[in-house]
Amino acid sequence: MAAKPRVKVPKSAAAGDIITLKTLISHKMESGQRKDGDGNVIPRDIINKFTCTFNGQPVFSCDLDPAVSANPYFEFKAKINEAGTFTFTWVDDAGDVIETTQDIALK
Amino acid sequence: MNTSKREFLGKTLTAGAGLAVAAFLGSTRAFAAAEDVQKAIEEFAGGKTPGEGVITLNTPEIAENGNSVPVSVSVESPMTEDDYVESVMILAEGNPSAQVATFHFTPASGEAVASTRMRLAKTQNVLAVAKMSNGDVFSATNNIKVTIGGCGG
Amino acid sequence: MNRKLLTVLLGATGLCSMISWVAFADPSEGPLFIDGEIEMITRAPSAEGHPLPEVISGWHYRTQSTQALEADSFENPGMLAVEVGESLWNTVEGTEGKSCASCHDDAAESMSAVGASYPKWDAASGKPINVEQRINMCRVDNMGAEAYPFDKGGQKPLTAYIKHQALGKPVSLDLQQGEMQQWWERGKEMYYKRTGQLDLSCATCHENNNGKYIRADHLSQGNVNGFPTYRLKQSALVSLHNRFRGCIRDTRAEFPAAFSDELMALEVYTTWRSQGLSVETPAVRQ
Repeated sequence: MAAKPRVKVPKSAAAGDIITLKTLISHKMESGQRKDGDGNVIPRDIINKFTCTFNGQPVFSCDLDPAVSANPYFEFKAKINEAGTFTFTWVDDAGDVIETTQDIALK
Repeated sequence: MNTSKREFLGKTLTAGAGLAVAAFLGSTRAFAAAEDVQKAIEEFAGGKTPGEGVITLNTPEIAENGNSVPVSVSVESPMTEDDYVESVMILAEGNPSAQVATFHFTPASGEAVASTRMRLAKTQNVLAVAKMSNGDVFSATNNIKVTIGGCGG
Repeated sequence: MNRKLLTVLLGATGLCSMISWVAFADPSEGPLFIDGEIEMITRAPSAEGHPLPEVISGWHYRTQSTQALEADSFENPGMLAVEVGESLWNTVEGTEGKSCASCHDDAAESMSAVGASYPKWDAASGKPINVEQRINMCRVDNMGAEAYPFDKGGQKPLTAYIKHQALGKPVSLDLQQGEMQQWWERGKEMYYKRTGQLDLSCATCHENNNGKYIRADHLSQGNVNGFPTYRLKQSALVSLHNRFRGCIRDTRAEFPAAFSDELMALEVYTTWRSQGLSVETPAVRQ
């Protein structure tokens, strides 16, 4: 059973506030540099892109290489001018997309 | 060195030392060459030579396991439509491949601040290079000591 | 130096020679609060008859960044597994159409003390059992589901979820139940018995040399209050019996099977040694 991604967004903020967002997702981030017991290279399998948008507008994104730790963690900021919805998206090497959303209200 | 000592050391290293980053390494690949790092910076910076200051790179002095080393960057910028930080690239000189991650910011980020966790194959320098919306480039470098533990998994 | 003599010396002292007798670092200061709210007991007076004056959580022996990871329940990657455990708790499995929650309802209430009080005496089998085995008994006897093989299926996440309900509660062990005292004796014998090609006992590192470095690893007292533990080396939860086996393997000895009588005795004894410390599951270690 795969773990759901975790995101931490304040429930509300005042207009003009800069808030802190945190995300954590379960992924082994197989680097493509390891070998199995028989000496065969274990194919690379990583999350290579993370994106955060607010009401459809880009806020923050990251291109990941195999040197990002297993279970990738991000912490970053966003400036809030209106109530709305954050959308967080992770894309892996196989093209699989994991997406989750979180709303924020205006104080 | 005679054979039995070499054998003993070899076995001890295998059984006891358990390279902290064995899971990450486990390969015969060489570490990133200095020219690879230079090339990555040149491509990212569009040929500009990075300046000092403006960007702050935070890492621990000592990492007790190279599998998960916290790294955070912070770049001074008003973060307006006309003047903001576009990207910050993290490079690890001593890894098999230097690229770690590249953060992309927008004026909606509010502040150009971000953190993640990275794998480091050994004690080495980590670089962060920031590219501003006007094309200016700044960089910072930290040395991180990665320890090799005595206890395998 | 005579090469042959050097070889013999190296061989004889083995891993011990890697223990630096010079480098010594005090366990770092606490206190540990999870999310700034739940205070963990990371230093406690030891039980009567305990060879150490004070029991100290492995958390104190870690670097600041590893310590910080445990202190924030959002950042602690072990919590991903705890969340998986929570969904397993509520998942119906087996021929009886039951989940854990069917009988035990809200784990926050029904399991609040469990993680701090195992292993317990099981009269039916005439042996002590741990949380992993208790889960398997429930699965087979009450749910009509298959037992989890060691470290497989939902064993680690469900054990972590159940133990996490006791977060902060001090570990305590009832040696008055059944024949627990005999198992404690047997575990104690194992703890002090030198084994393997490197001729090390548990006590060599964790009693006699805790606080010192073995190569670059800062040796702790080897307390068991944080298991299953998120270990950076594996980037995953590591169960107690997995760690027992890893430690014994590092002495270059044959290691017993998980949940064997030997390792159950060792679990009873090391849990006794860890009494008074808070349950930290899932702790974060190197």
